[in-house]
Amino acid sequence: MKAGRYGVYGGQYVPETLMSALIDLEETYGRVREDPEFSRRLDWYLHEYAGRETPLTYCENLSRDLGCRIYLKREDLLHGGAHKLNNTLGQALMAKFMGKRRLIAETGAGQHGVATAIAGAALDLPVEVYMGEVDTRRQALNVFRMELLGARVVPVASGTRTLKDAINAAMRDWVANLRETHYLLGSCVGPHPFPRIVRDFQSVIGEEARRQVLEREGRLPDTVVACVGGGSNAIGIFYPFVGDDVALVGVEAGGDGLDTPRHGASLCGGSVGVFQGALSYLLQDGDGQALETHSVAAGLDHPSVGPEHAMLKDSGRVRYEAVTDAEALHAFRYLSRTEGIIPALESAHAVAYALRAADDLDKDGVLVINLSGRGDKDVADVASLHGGVA
Amino acid sequence: MSRIEGLFARENPAFIGFTVAGDPGIEASFGVATTMIDAGVDLLEIAVPYSDPVADGPVIERAHARALRAGTTPDDVFALVRRVREYAPALPLVLFTYYNIVYRRGADRFFAEAAAAGADGVLVVDLPSEESGEVAPYAARHGIDRIALIAPTTSPERQHAILREASGFVYLISLEGVTGERDRLPSGIVGLVGAVREKTDLPLAVGFGISRQEHVRTVTATGANGVIVGSALVRLIEEHSSDETGMHEALATAITALRDGLTPRS
Repeated sequence: MKAGRYGVYGGQYVPETLMSALIDLEETYGRVREDPEFSRRLDWYLHEYAGRETPLTYCENLSRDLGCRIYLKREDLLHGGAHKLNNTLGQALMAKFMGKRRLIAETGAGQHGVATAIAGAALDLPVEVYMGEVDTRRQALNVFRMELLGARVVPVASGTRTLKDAINAAMRDWVANLRETHYLLGSCVGPHPFPRIVRDFQSVIGEEARRQVLEREGRLPDTVVACVGGGSNAIGIFYPFVGDDVALVGVEAGGDGLDTPRHGASLCGGSVGVFQGALSYLLQDGDGQALETHSVAAGLDHPSVGPEHAMLKDSGRVRYEAVTDAEALHAFRYLSRTEGIIPALESAHAVAYALRAADDLDKDGVLVINLSGRGDKDVADVASLHGGVA
Repeated sequence: MSRIEGLFARENPAFIGFTVAGDPGIEASFGVATTMIDAGVDLLEIAVPYSDPVADGPVIERAHARALRAGTTPDDVFALVRRVREYAPALPLVLFTYYNIVYRRGADRFFAEAAAAGADGVLVVDLPSEESGEVAPYAARHGIDRIALIAPTTSPERQHAILREASGFVYLISLEGVTGERDRLPSGIVGLVGAVREKTDLPLAVGFGISRQEHVRTVTATGANGVIVGSALVRLIEEHSSDETGMHEALATAITALRDGLTPRS
């Protein structure tokens, strides 16, 4: 396979100005992966600072209710409240090794922005975070959190004023400032080498989960489920299981339903196209214009997906499904009440699919759900959607 | 001799204007093009509007959005090119596009339609030389020049690789950043023109940030064969979007003034 390609997907579709930065990044990444000092420092940050390893929680109530053995991989317990910190600590440390003096990032739900702000504060690098204006309103708590952590949040008022436009704005900033700035991309999307870097830093989730489930069950799980927006938590947990006889299911944002235009399911409802630097699946019209997307979960509200997922879909190794906003909201409440764990609305999509998948497993069947983040950030939003808690 | 070759065979440097097809509307866009031609652009770059123009700054990004809101499709762009070709049979025309538009249509079809409409060159702004093999055979098959971009950050090795494939002219990006007007041009442009000139006989046109007569003068004094002005003209369309007569006057005045900065080659 050509470097930077996942089957036919991936590549580097960027303005010429950015090519030198991508070449530099690829070279640095190759070097730091071999550098014991880098590994030592990253391990320290992941274990002593971020709180790895995260537990694999056996959910007794959920298992009893659904009739199989259900585990949650608890990325919600990572410092910052989501899996995002695995990648931001890795990339921020890499930026340090590259001699960069500033981090920029984009964020949808705010979790990646918060994680970048945390990594920037920990590693003493100033951070600017681009965020769609719509998202700054629906994720006001995370905006405050980022500012508290010393980051500057830049609202983006162009286009659909959501994650896609925040990424465009961050790319423009990077084009203009690439000598001193590292663009800390938040998902396994974008031009090579970003999808690979993000996947490698997130693979710690799957490596731990695989070992933990073997210790607990003496065997591999039957099924691993994760939500997919850009796809970083999913690729992180899937990747170490790809060679195993384990069913892998990625769950996309079905929004109002795949039969409506209001969803964010690029793998289930999109077509192949080039977007923000990579060839992958994309929600687009017949002329190649990216479509407006919708999800109740801001972190899934994006028209494209990482190129490795596109390859895994085509090969059939991973099955991609979509659940609706209504199913995700139901799962949000269900997990909260059943286990006392409030999931991020993004992760609630994986939980919602697990409610369906459990029907296919017998009582000894083992299902692992990647709980990619906690739902504190979504509580006010969900309350306002439904006029209260009930 | 192609129209592009013919233009750059002349003694004096070329003034290249840029407009987004369908801005401010599909019909009005033809009027914008003819006004620019009548005011003296030597080559017209026509952008295919795209939903996510990441290489462009806010002024041109808004033009893409206006054109899409007006319902402009690639079919409309080819129709516009055809009309402009009839209006100005000798004028070189270059389509400026993002790759997904080409990919979605199919590169063979895209280049065939561009050629049939009368375009002389195509510039795919997010297709670096690593990926340009995807369109090269089709551009060649349909006799379309593939305009290459070189940035201040492009290494000498990459410059060689890019120049090996380029045809028509080379678009030199004057600065590290996206399109948009700037107060001053970076001093590095002199060195960039000189460095690339040593490697190729292709004409060199400089774009990004050029918005004033003195910028045009500075760039042409470097020995560049042309200047490309985009945002400064697109901004006039935006400012006069409710007054078409005023828009045409403003465009004509600006182009005349900018052209006056062209320094004839001695």
